[in-house]
Amino acid sequence: MSIWEYANPKKFIATTTPLIPWVFGATAVCLVVGLVWGFFLTPEADRFGSTVKIIYVHVPSAMMAINAWAMMLVASLVWLIRRHHVSALAAKAAAPIGLTMTLIALWTGAVWGQPMWGTWWAWDPRLTAFLILGLFYLGYIALWEAIPDPDQAADLTSVLCLVGSVFAVLSRYAVNFWNQGLHQGATLSMDAEENISDVYWFPLLFCIAGFVLLFLGLVLMRTGTEIRLRRLRALERQAQRITA
Amino acid sequence: MKALLVRDLRLAIRAGGGFGLSLAFFLIVTVLVPFAVGPEADILSRIGPGILWVAALLATLLSLDRQFALDHEDGALSLIATSPLPLEAVALIKAFAHWLTTGLPLTLAAAPLGVLLNLERPAFSWLVLTLALGTPALSVIGTFGAALTVGLRRGGLLLSLLVLPLYVPTLIFGAEAARRGAEGLAAGTPILMLAGITAGSLALLPFAAGAALRINLR
Amino acid sequence: MTLRVEGLAVARGGEPVLDNLSFIVTPGAALILRGPNGAGKTTLLRVLAGLAPPLAGRIDLPPESAAYSSHADGIKATLSVQENLWFWSDLYGRARDDAVLDDFDLRPLRERPAGTLSAGQSRRLGLARLGMIGRPVLLLDEPTVSLDAASVGRFAAWLKDRHLAAGGLAVIATHVPLGLDAPELDLSRFRADPWTEQGTDAAFL
Repeated sequence: MSIWEYANPKKFIATTTPLIPWVFGATAVCLVVGLVWGFFLTPEADRFGSTVKIIYVHVPSAMMAINAWAMMLVASLVWLIRRHHVSALAAKAAAPIGLTMTLIALWTGAVWGQPMWGTWWAWDPRLTAFLILGLFYLGYIALWEAIPDPDQAADLTSVLCLVGSVFAVLSRYAVNFWNQGLHQGATLSMDAEENISDVYWFPLLFCIAGFVLLFLGLVLMRTGTEIRLRRLRALERQAQRITA
Repeated sequence: MKALLVRDLRLAIRAGGGFGLSLAFFLIVTVLVPFAVGPEADILSRIGPGILWVAALLATLLSLDRQFALDHEDGALSLIATSPLPLEAVALIKAFAHWLTTGLPLTLAAAPLGVLLNLERPAFSWLVLTLALGTPALSVIGTFGAALTVGLRRGGLLLSLLVLPLYVPTLIFGAEAARRGAEGLAAGTPILMLAGITAGSLALLPFAAGAALRINLR
Repeated sequence: MTLRVEGLAVARGGEPVLDNLSFIVTPGAALILRGPNGAGKTTLLRVLAGLAPPLAGRIDLPPESAAYSSHADGIKATLSVQENLWFWSDLYGRARDDAVLDDFDLRPLRERPAGTLSAGQSRRLGLARLGMIGRPVLLLDEPTVSLDAASVGRFAAWLKDRHLAAGGLAVIATHVPLGLDAPELDLSRFRADPWTEQGTDAAFL
C-alpha cells in the first residue's frame, strides 16, 4: 500500500469522487463561520474602519494564489520524475483556480487600496509581484491549450512551470528592489497582518481554512474532469483503431 | 559546434534571414516615443534609458520565433538532433547566434539612438554596459521559449506570452542599473544581479531548452 | 556493427502502431520495409534513429552510428550546394569529402544556391548528406521520391558499392525497387493489437 496507488486514474476517481461533497461541505462551514464572524462580529479597527474586513477574502485568496503555483510545481516534478498522469492533470486543473485566486487578490487589493491609499493601483512590490504571477498563470494555461498531444503538453508545461518558478521568485526580489525607494518598510497590508489581534485572527483562520478546502475541492473535481476527458479521448482513439 | 554557429550566422545575414529587422524595429520604436510623450528634453533624457531597454527587449522578442521554427519546418532540426551535438549545445549555440545577430547590434545601436532621446553624457556608457550584460540573458531566455513552442502553429504570439514574464527580472535590473548609473547613484547591486541572471540563464536554460526540443521532436 | 531489434513496440502520437517486431540487419546488408500508408514505417525509422522513444523492446545499436533521412532534408535555400553539404560534414566532425559530389552528380551544381535546384536535384543534395556524414547505419524514409530513373540507379549504386560494400547497413522504407539484393519486411504483419493496453492512453483505458 503506497500513496502512488492513487496515481492510477481509476483509483483516483473512485477514491476522490465520494470525498468531494464532504470537502465542499467543510468549505461552506468554514467560509460561513469565518466570513460572518469576520464581517459582522468583529469591531472596526481604529485606523482602517470597516475596510479592514476585506482581509477575510484578500489574505486567503492571495495565499492560495501562491500555494496553487507551489502545488503545480510539485505536481509537475512528480510528473516529470514518476510519469503519473494524474499528477500532470492535477497541475493542469489547478492553474485556472490559481489564476482566479490571483485575480481575486488583485481585485480585493484594489478595492481596499482605493479608500486606504487613495488609488486603485500602486506599483507596490507586492501588487506588482501578483500581477506578474498572474502573467505566469496565463502563459502556463495558454501553453496547455496550444499543444494538441496531452503528454507532450504535460511535459512542456512542466518544464515551463519549473523554469517559471525560478523566474517568479527572481521577479519577486526584483520588484522589491525596484520599488524600495517609494515604499519605506512594509506595506499597509503587511501592517494589518503584523498588528492583527486575536479578535481578527480567529475568523481569518477560518477563512484561510475555507479557501484551502475550496481549492482542494475544486482541484479534485477538475482533476476528475480532466481524467474523464482523457479517458474519453483514449476510448475514442481505441474505437478508431479497432474499426480501422 | 562552430559549424552550426557559422551556418546560423550565414543564414541570418543572407537574403531573407531577417538580420537588421530587429535593428530597424529598435530604431522605429525609439523614434516614435518622442511623438507620443512630447519633445521636452528633460522628460526624454529621464525616461530614455528605460525606453531604450524596453525597445531592445521588444526587438529581441520579435526575432525569436525564427530560432527553431525554420529548422523544424525543413527537417533540419531532426537531423541535427541525430548528430553528435547534444540538443543542449544546439540551444546554447542558437542563443549565441541570436545574440550576435540581434543583442550585439542592439547594444551598439543604443548609443547613437540615445542621442535622439537627449541622454545625458554618463547615461550612454551605463546604457551600453547594461545592455551588453543583459541582452545575452534575453537571447537565452527567448531561446528557451522558442524551444517550448517549436512546431506549434501560431506559436509566435504564444512565445511572447511565455517569454515576457520571464524577461521581467532582467528588464528591472537592467533598466534600474542604467537609470541609477545615469543619475550618478550607486548601481553596483543591480549590475551584479543582472550579471547573475545572465550567468545563471546561460548555465541552466540550455538544459531546459534541450529538454523542450527533445519533447517536441518526439 | 549489427542492428538488432527485439520485441519492439512503437507508438505514433501515443497510439501503438507496431508490436512485437524483431529483426537483425548485419553489416553489408539492407532491409526493405514494406507496408501500406500508416503501417508505421516512418515511426519505426524515427524510433530507430533515437528521435522517439520505443514503447517496449530493445534496439541494439552503438550510439551515434545512425543517420536518418526523410523527405525533409533540412536544405537551406540561401546556402549553396557545397555550403549545405559542408555544414553537415563539419557538424559530424568529418572531412569535407569532395568525392561525394561526384557520387550524387552534384559537382556542376556545387556553387548554386540550393533554393534554385529542382525537386530531384535537391533530393540528391539531401541524399548526398548521407555520404558526407559517413554514418554506418542508414535509416532511409522513401529516399527516391522525385528522383528520375537515372538518379535512382545512381543512388542504388552508391548504396551498394560505397555504403554496403564498406560494411555499412541500411533500413529503407521504399516503394521503388532499388535493385538491391535485400530481404523485405512486411510491417502489416506486426500491426499492434487494437485492444492493446500499451501507449500513453493505457492508463485511462
